[in-house]
Amino acid sequence: MDFTLDKKHEMARSLFRDFAQNEVKPLAQEIDEEERFPRETIEKMAKNGFLGITVPREYGGQGCDELTYVLCMEEIAKVCGTTAVALSAHTSLCIDPIMSFGTEEQKQKYIPKLASGEYLGAFGLTEPGAGTDAQGQQTKAVLDENTHEWVLNGSKCFITNGSEADVYIIIAVTGTIEKRGRKMKEISAFIVEKGTPGFTFGTKEHKMGIRGSATYELIFQDCRIPEGNLLGQKGKGFNIAMHTLDGGRIGIATQALGLAEGALDLTVAYTKERKQFGRSISQFQNTQFKLADMKARTDAAQLLVYKAAMAKDAVGFTTQSTYSVEAAEAKLFAAETASAVTSECVQLHGGYGYIREYDVERMMRDAKITEIYEGTSEVMRMVISGSMLRG
Amino acid sequence: MSLEDYKGVFIYAQQVDNHIDNIAFELLGEATELAKPLNTQVTAVLIGSGVKGLAEELGWYGADRVIVVDDPELKEYRTEPYAQALAGVINEFKPEIMLVGATAIGRDLGPTVSARVHTGLTADCTSLAIGDFPIEPKPGVETLHNQLLMTRPAFGGNTIATIACPDNRPQMSTVRPGVMQKLAPDKSRKAEVIDYNPGIKENNKFVEIKEVVKKVSETVDIQKAKILVSGGRGVGSPENFKILEDLAKVIGGEVSCSRAVVDSGWKPKDLQVGQTGKTVRPKIYFAIGISGAIQHVAGMEESDLIIAINKDESAPIFDVADIGIVGDLNKVVPKLTEDIKAELAKKA
Amino acid sequence: MRIIVCIKQVPDTAGGVKFKPDGTLDRAAMLAIMNPDDKAGLEAALRIKDAYPGTTVDVITMGLPKADAVLREAMAMGADKSYLVTDRPLGGADTWATSSTIAAAIREMGDYDIIFTGRQAIDGDTAQVGPQIAEHLGIPVISYAQDVKVDPEKKTVTVQRQFDDRYHVLEAKMPVLITALSELNEPRYMTPMGIWDAIDAPVTDSNDADYAEKYKEILASDGKGVIIWHRKDIPTLKDEDMGLKGSPTKIAKASDKVRKGAGTIYKDLDPDQGAATICQALVEKHYI
Repeated sequence: MDFTLDKKHEMARSLFRDFAQNEVKPLAQEIDEEERFPRETIEKMAKNGFLGITVPREYGGQGCDELTYVLCMEEIAKVCGTTAVALSAHTSLCIDPIMSFGTEEQKQKYIPKLASGEYLGAFGLTEPGAGTDAQGQQTKAVLDENTHEWVLNGSKCFITNGSEADVYIIIAVTGTIEKRGRKMKEISAFIVEKGTPGFTFGTKEHKMGIRGSATYELIFQDCRIPEGNLLGQKGKGFNIAMHTLDGGRIGIATQALGLAEGALDLTVAYTKERKQFGRSISQFQNTQFKLADMKARTDAAQLLVYKAAMAKDAVGFTTQSTYSVEAAEAKLFAAETASAVTSECVQLHGGYGYIREYDVERMMRDAKITEIYEGTSEVMRMVISGSMLRG
Repeated sequence: MSLEDYKGVFIYAQQVDNHIDNIAFELLGEATELAKPLNTQVTAVLIGSGVKGLAEELGWYGADRVIVVDDPELKEYRTEPYAQALAGVINEFKPEIMLVGATAIGRDLGPTVSARVHTGLTADCTSLAIGDFPIEPKPGVETLHNQLLMTRPAFGGNTIATIACPDNRPQMSTVRPGVMQKLAPDKSRKAEVIDYNPGIKENNKFVEIKEVVKKVSETVDIQKAKILVSGGRGVGSPENFKILEDLAKVIGGEVSCSRAVVDSGWKPKDLQVGQTGKTVRPKIYFAIGISGAIQHVAGMEESDLIIAINKDESAPIFDVADIGIVGDLNKVVPKLTEDIKAELAKKA
Repeated sequence: MRIIVCIKQVPDTAGGVKFKPDGTLDRAAMLAIMNPDDKAGLEAALRIKDAYPGTTVDVITMGLPKADAVLREAMAMGADKSYLVTDRPLGGADTWATSSTIAAAIREMGDYDIIFTGRQAIDGDTAQVGPQIAEHLGIPVISYAQDVKVDPEKKTVTVQRQFDDRYHVLEAKMPVLITALSELNEPRYMTPMGIWDAIDAPVTDSNDADYAEKYKEILASDGKGVIIWHRKDIPTLKDEDMGLKGSPTKIAKASDKVRKGAGTIYKDLDPDQGAATICQALVEKHYI
């Protein structure tokens, strides 16, 4: 077992760190304050290949691996949680399901543009009445046999990259099936492009954190898409969604990890500078012990995150869920670490930590969502314990 | 040919548009000092087209001789013809020491010429002296006397090195402008003027000047400024920043400020120094009416020279200041501007 | 067109400076980066490559074996082949010996149209090596380049060359050496793909048994590659022109800058005295 990064990943990390420091960090406060989507940063990431890190070169991507993508997420999240989640939704929730479940035609049509950043991606599962509970889905897709089009009706909410993205993976009900004598909704997945008639954006959400992230309601009113935009097999939509979220959770776990690391770095620097009672607060044992606890916990989160990434790398793009538990453990632990660490970092900053100009204030707000989206911590516990108690 | 055949301290008398650059006079002042222990002459090398009339002035500032290379090819500065001229002079007159200003021209001409005449060149010197090499006697190593010891900063000013050029002649150095003292001009001094043209030959290294464009002023980037005049809440009002601007103008610096000033809307955020603003490292940082909160100090403490003016003697800025004046900035700053103006007038 | 870019690995001066007992720099003890001006030269070359497909951009550095890191970085940004010139007898070189060595190595690299170097390195700040390489190669130099345009048909470059108060627009015939300022451009980032290719690039060392064959292979391929050369690979370089021995300048003394002591605070001066005190200090320290 080797806990060091190889040369490629080490060099990639230095690239992502430079980029995050120079291009992402300067905007972090502003986009939070203005609740503005960092379009210019997305364009810069696109130019440098960051939107297609895991995509094979034959589809116009960088041909690197999940761990490389995780390093990118980590360095960006260290300075800006908003920018990180935009990258995560694009890569894990849109590119990944098309690469894993898409036909060759779908891959040829969408992946090069997603990898180059010409298209930004998003994923729509959540509805007002349905989050992780897929059976609550209300959005319907009906095949019009005459025109060979799917007709979508319904709405999705809390969609990351909503209105900014060009390509959306949409989960919808396509009928009913009988399973062990019970009538259940048949769920399928679709690729929907922005600009399709009948596809509009509703409310933009105003959030506690990741305020620059575009969180929108998606509305479908007789929205017609080609029959060929069904992603994967009809009726496999729930599996596709769950599999996609397994990957997404690695992204969010990394976002959480980066937030904890970023806040901790700032706090170490601050406690060395800040003087109280004639000495720097880093000289107080209370500070030292808190820093030590946070460091150990954050490093543990990093190991879980890297382990999950490597579990995904072991199988690449696949329809099989082989890393659900690793992803859930990483997300559970990293998200709760992020919340605890950023909150403690604010505490160590004292009054300044509560002021908007200090980054830890934003990081604490950004951290909370990592315990909630793409499966709450409670759902992560269900996934982990379920695998322990199965069989 | 032995090293002893090389004699005299030479300076390159840079001229642009047939005006002698100030650096030439500074080099003459320094060359005069160096020539004393060597008991030798100071020679200025004047290169250009129609520049002979400038030779007289070089005499006033200390040149015993002026070698003039006058050629139509030398009208505007270009590396190759100027290198031919200066290398030609060196080969013909064999100076012991050749000083060139570390200007944009000197730092182009110097390296080319030193490579051509096969000698060392020490760049951007801030201090020159005549002494022994090695400086301290070393067993088994012959101590050479009357060597030019060239001192220069390196590593972005983090280190200082003293360099010698014991086995090659001339000992060449480019000298940072504004460091050496020029002599008071003595109009009774007459330099011997020697015309010399090694023959400027066009070759593949000649470049063609398509256009000459005088530069327009640039936008302010406080991180690039060498001198910052920074104001805090103590300045009192946006209008009162005028006295800081006057000082900045006289001393060739830019105005920056503390966070309090930005928050009050007196100055734009671009000009803010500190943890939530920009980190700066100028040669001189004036902290005027700035109390010196840690968040501000973190952004400027690496400055070479910190000068604080504040009426509150317990202001933390005085903990990091090299020079601190406890007093009313409204009185001290305008007076300082006047004093500097007078000082500069004296030198001009 | 073929462009050669000279790059140097330098200690990051922000990270603190360390010396060996003999007064020379302890480069091994400091963080190493690609010299910023050199990076601007590389970016200028890569932009020409972007604009004129078919152009190759090769890089060369002289230094310790660990200078390999800046070659990988250059390739990750888009450079093609890279050459590392490393050998003990080449060490301790001043600008004269460094430029002689690099010029001689460039002669071994074959034909070229443009050479880019940085204006100066942040460790030495001399700005000498670029012009001196040009001098040793007998080609024109344009230093302090602000803007570079090429005409591949006419084989000329048009460069804005900065002076203190003006710039010249100069035209020179290729081959030509241009020294770049970091203000010239904003160097691109590496790409993740570039990094993977740079790390995977084949390496050949002239001391290897299969060197001749492998070197040929690398030159023939479209991909990247690292070539490691030693003293023996630069036959036109004379012993007396290289390394410490071939350096006309010698270090007499080197030291950390003297740390500034505690400042002086004047509490009881009237405004005139206060101003005079500051002004006097500025004069004494040669700031004015």
